[in-house]
Amino acid sequence: MLYYILRRILQMVPVIIGVTLILFMLIYMIPEDPASLILQKGATEQALANLRAKMGIDRPLHIQYLRYMGNLVRGDLGTSYRYRRPVSSILADYYPNSIRLALAAIIIEIFVGIITGIIAAVKRYSFWDTLVTVSTTLAVCVPVFWLGMIFQNIFGLRLGWLPISGMGDGSLRYYIMPAFTLASVSLAYVARITRSSMLETMSNDYITTAFAKGLSPGMVIGKHALKNAMIPVVTLVGLNLGTLMGGAVLTETVFNWPGVGRAIYHAILERDTPVVIGGTLVLVMIFLILNLIIDIVYAYLDPRIRFDRRESRV
Amino acid sequence: MNEKLLEVRDLKTHFFTPDGVVKAVDGVSFILNKKEVLGIVGETGSGKSVTALSILNLIPQPFGRIVGGRIMFDGVDIAGLGQKQIQKYRGNRISMVFQDPAASLNPVYTVGNQIMESIMIHQKIDKRSARKKAMRLLDMVGIPEPQRRLNSYPHQFSGGMRQRVMIAMALANSPSILIADEPTTALDVTIQAQILELMVDVMNKTGSSIILITHDLGVVAKYADKVMVMYGGKPVEFSDIDKIFYEPLHPYTNGLMGSIARLDSKKKDRLTTIDGSPPSLIDLPPGCIFYPRCKYRMEGCARSYPRFKEVKPGHHVACHRHAEFLKEEADG
Repeated sequence: MLYYILRRILQMVPVIIGVTLILFMLIYMIPEDPASLILQKGATEQALANLRAKMGIDRPLHIQYLRYMGNLVRGDLGTSYRYRRPVSSILADYYPNSIRLALAAIIIEIFVGIITGIIAAVKRYSFWDTLVTVSTTLAVCVPVFWLGMIFQNIFGLRLGWLPISGMGDGSLRYYIMPAFTLASVSLAYVARITRSSMLETMSNDYITTAFAKGLSPGMVIGKHALKNAMIPVVTLVGLNLGTLMGGAVLTETVFNWPGVGRAIYHAILERDTPVVIGGTLVLVMIFLILNLIIDIVYAYLDPRIRFDRRESRV
Repeated sequence: MNEKLLEVRDLKTHFFTPDGVVKAVDGVSFILNKKEVLGIVGETGSGKSVTALSILNLIPQPFGRIVGGRIMFDGVDIAGLGQKQIQKYRGNRISMVFQDPAASLNPVYTVGNQIMESIMIHQKIDKRSARKKAMRLLDMVGIPEPQRRLNSYPHQFSGGMRQRVMIAMALANSPSILIADEPTTALDVTIQAQILELMVDVMNKTGSSIILITHDLGVVAKYADKVMVMYGGKPVEFSDIDKIFYEPLHPYTNGLMGSIARLDSKKKDRLTTIDGSPPSLIDLPPGCIFYPRCKYRMEGCARSYPRFKEVKPGHHVACHRHAEFLKEEADG
């Protein structure tokens, strides 16, 4: 197991090299001079050249790349052109907000999604099942930003229960609407997958065996069905995790949430290359680490997936 | 010997599907005595598995339901019990072994966990004693290194070994009745005999009874004391093993006997078959269910279903013409 994790971490290195290479080339293709963005209009040619030399962007691409990677190994993500601050400190400002929002969304997604899915499966064809089916279909179809605005209108403006936007003092009230908005689509998928996976699992022979042993329906569902039914759900949640971490641009914009999605978006508009590359890179790393965690959770859920093949059949 | 253990009377289990009511089991009656092996024989879809599932009320929900009849066990009609009460019988007084051991064990728990669970829901003992007991059970069903194998997962066993685990699990609480629903169908031929011998051995030792559901007449001939033949959800003949094989009264049983390959038959003798196929169990016509395929059918057979009744001591049959067949038999 430890060997497997080490191997997986080593496999991340080529992915990171690949991602940075692609980002570098894409940004190099933009025919815009960062130096002229930093200096005001009317700066002399000499001043621009000096700045370029100082920033190192007058060198060939491969030199720039190697220098960037060299710094990266030392944990230096470069300096923002716009804010004249280290990228790491900018990301450190925004990332915690995004991660908190993502965590809130994930918790909602997992708990609400799985519980509604189980209820729909166990009470199949009932009123609750229909309610879950209809509301999940709606949640998937409706655009996220529209849903966010509707929430703002109803709960913020008309009812006045929740703050309309921003993080305020960071209390829980500020999280509710953005987190539900962010979680809406994936929550609907989780509920659907849980329902169908649960129904499929309940039709297995080992469920009949469990009943034939004399277990109560609660034990059969909670012990024998749930663990098996969770396998596809974990895949889905795992895939969603990364999206929630980085894909919150719409939600963060609608709710004016000071997160990294919004920060990268602005950085792209402002050609703030180091922030774009640094932010994306951290996002990729988070995605990779989450995937690793999901694979480990898999192995716990399904003993047929083992990493070291020492055990054999008899 | 002839102490009555289980009596099923006029059991009816129907499935209420969108296409109509499927009478999967319709009027099944039999008696199981102590230390007896009862074979239930029939084609696929004849209702033998549903009969077995009905005894412990394990009929697939939400469509299936026991709609009539009684299942008397130990002086209690267990067909009428609620969920909480029937749970006390399942796996405890009456156990089941299923057809496909690969699918019947939960893939995500160790076999030790699954056997111990059976023990601990019915007996008030702690985990350590349950573990010891599980180990003894594995040993009893012939699994080598039981201590180590408790920690193995089902996928680490072969098919025959998995069925042994299933049997160990079924025997965990020393049940009075073991219901085996085609326990060897999914296994290699070489393993089948081992598994059946094991079941019969263990049950002989503990003095319990077996209901053996199968479509293999050879298995029935070898292990069963009594046989019930089912066709289209209805019992057609129920009797001692010898009578069924040597003096079958129902044309269907007769046909089944003719379709067994025998080693001592001559090469030019062809196997006989029963023409046609089993009926769909939706919207059955009123007459005898075997009528369309019966070689001995008469006009009256299509009008009403013959009652399943005792025509000789211990010999039940459902056929309008049983009297004639009885007479033929007496005449030799």
